[in-house]
Amino acid sequence: MSLSKVKFDKKIVLSFWIILIALIIAAPTLLPVFRLNLLGRYLSLSIVALGVDLIWGYTGLLSLGQGIFFALGGYCAAMYLQITSSSEFPNNIPEFFALYGVEKLPFFWEPFRSPFFTFFAIWIIPALVSGLIGFLVFRNRIKGVYFSILTQASLLVFFNFFNGQQKLINGTNGLKTDVTQLFGQMVGSESMQRIFFWITAILVISAWFFAKWVVKGRFGNILIGIRDDEPRVRFTGYNPVIFKTIIFSIAGGLAGISGALYTVQSGIVSPQFMTVPFSIEMVIWVAVGGRGTLLGAILGAVFINYAKSLVSEALPASWMFIQGGLFILVVTALPEGVLGWIKGDGPRNLLQRFGFKRKIETYPSLEVNNKEGNNE
Amino acid sequence: MELLLDSLFNGVAIGSVLLVAALGLAIVFGLMGVINLAHGELMMLGAYTTYVTQLIFKLPILKPFYNSYIIVSIFLAFIVSGVVGILLEKTIIRKLYGSPLETLLATWGVSLILQQFVRSVPLAYGTGLVISLIIGLFLPTTFPSKIKESINFKYFKFSSWIFAALSGVLTGSVISSSVSKLSRASARNVDVTAPSWMRGQVEIIGTAFPKTRLMIIVITLISVVAITLFLNQSAWGMRIRAVTQNRQMSDCLGISTEKVDIITFGIGSGLAGVAGVAVSLLGSVGPNVGGNYIVGCFMVVVLGGVGNLLGTVLASFGIGIMTDLIGAGRLLSIWPDMPLPLSNTINFFATTSMARVMIFALIVIFLQFKPTGLFPQKGRMVEN
Repeated sequence: MSLSKVKFDKKIVLSFWIILIALIIAAPTLLPVFRLNLLGRYLSLSIVALGVDLIWGYTGLLSLGQGIFFALGGYCAAMYLQITSSSEFPNNIPEFFALYGVEKLPFFWEPFRSPFFTFFAIWIIPALVSGLIGFLVFRNRIKGVYFSILTQASLLVFFNFFNGQQKLINGTNGLKTDVTQLFGQMVGSESMQRIFFWITAILVISAWFFAKWVVKGRFGNILIGIRDDEPRVRFTGYNPVIFKTIIFSIAGGLAGISGALYTVQSGIVSPQFMTVPFSIEMVIWVAVGGRGTLLGAILGAVFINYAKSLVSEALPASWMFIQGGLFILVVTALPEGVLGWIKGDGPRNLLQRFGFKRKIETYPSLEVNNKEGNNE
Repeated sequence: MELLLDSLFNGVAIGSVLLVAALGLAIVFGLMGVINLAHGELMMLGAYTTYVTQLIFKLPILKPFYNSYIIVSIFLAFIVSGVVGILLEKTIIRKLYGSPLETLLATWGVSLILQQFVRSVPLAYGTGLVISLIIGLFLPTTFPSKIKESINFKYFKFSSWIFAALSGVLTGSVISSSVSKLSRASARNVDVTAPSWMRGQVEIIGTAFPKTRLMIIVITLISVVAITLFLNQSAWGMRIRAVTQNRQMSDCLGISTEKVDIITFGIGSGLAGVAGVAVSLLGSVGPNVGGNYIVGCFMVVVLGGVGNLLGTVLASFGIGIMTDLIGAGRLLSIWPDMPLPLSNTINFFATTSMARVMIFALIVIFLQFKPTGLFPQKGRMVEN
């Protein structure tokens, strides 16, 4: 699985960052509002993809239930917005409660009146829930396919729960955020959306650095060890349960942040975020981008979603075929993803197939000798 | 007493649909360690096969036999889903052997394609395609061994595929010209109407049971008995059990694991088709019909453990009965004057979707004590 490291010049890295930052600052003026909003949403999805990459690409845990934590983050953010902008409604509670005859805010929403609590809840609550689910499953050495289908089942359970509870969370209708107020401004307004775009961009970059920091060093090595041979890690004296629980709850926290950002930019959070297809899609973003490469997760999330919106606009029926084909193609032909293929020997192998000679890096003299040998 | 009987019957009816759907999944999972996410879509194919068979039996030639179409469709559904499953195994799953997570993703891709296929291809031509697949896959195996061993066998194979394609196109166009309902693609749900002898109710010990539910129980019973006999009495069944227990050893002893894989996958997929017939009797049939049942099947597999059919049977009936007990709030009617907090809790969970929540919680608690299910497979490996 070792990927040959590509070293870049410091100047190239610096100019890359300068261009990136310039693009982020300039994006709101370059793109029309609709496209900017889409880009912001896809960037926020790339944070959940980073989490999927951490647990699947690095630790080998295929979770098909990241939608739970994504939606939890979304609900936290949306409920805070609904509560803070409910002052003109009866009983000072969000409007939808009146539809179901609820007169008092349910007790567990009470803390969400405070912005500080919400700020932490958005990522701590999903992280705690995922940590709990993860611990209960990993504790019994349930892994592999069992783990995947259990996460899928829990996703469905959460979907059923959120879908059925009208009185607590407005059930299947979800919570709208675009007409709510934040700091005296409409959340759905253009200026607010621009700020959300910048926040998203900054958070994507910081999440990327955070994930890089997580997989670096001994902690990251143990994660990779668990992926490649878990019993051996256990026999060496490490307890894989702790590491798996920690990384699963980190991924849950990232999913929560991502869900909150996605919610404020799409204007609604609903149980639709917890449907089975959406959570599996998150895996395919990572798979196409390149699992085990953090940049691949981000690029995969952005590009596949962009392609999805383009294809769905042009030929609505064909996206399912394309997506299905993508799933099959990426696991059979491109298991390392696009970025993994580039980092590995992919391009050189391809060039070789077209008659270009392969360069041997370790022993330049060999190459010279070979050339002479061929010339005779 | 009557209430209890009613509850038991409902539970068994829910459980038997689960059982016939999960049976194939459990066998395949036991053998190859592969969870087939397209299993629900194979069920959907079975349900659509029932629909197509029903419409074809309405044609003037077959009208006298209309009442027996449901029996015919069980066999057809088994063949259709089985053939699609075999194709799936031959083209994709075999390549991914040893990486179950990748198989999971690939089969999800297949399920998306199958769903969209049903939406955007007219059922008549879909039927034609399936028929050409059946002929193309099975015709070469019927050739005498003299031809099979000859060098020119690949030409025979090729020409049989051409024959298969032609006959597929022919059936497709014949069906689409004679049954107008099948000639257009539509994403709308369709309905299968049970033949007249299956409508209405039967009275057993003073309680009325719907006949369709009884039929489903019968279908399940027959499938389970047939599979048990096949696995325990036939030579191929023995090979399947051997490979399930120890793949490498069986391979060394000369069992063709490749053939065992194909046969098992075919049978597992075929059972999904049979489950599809059962499902089509319960409600309308649409491209998403499989998705409603698939997670229940997963729960059965997780709860029942692998390598033992008894575990699958007990798990599905257990889940079925629990669903009915919790979902209909039956405990409340058995014990009407229970303390208030308890009855409030039971009322809170007394819907079908909330019952699922409760059952999942119960399963997770159960797994804390028996992580490998009811009947775990014994072994001395570090893994599993």
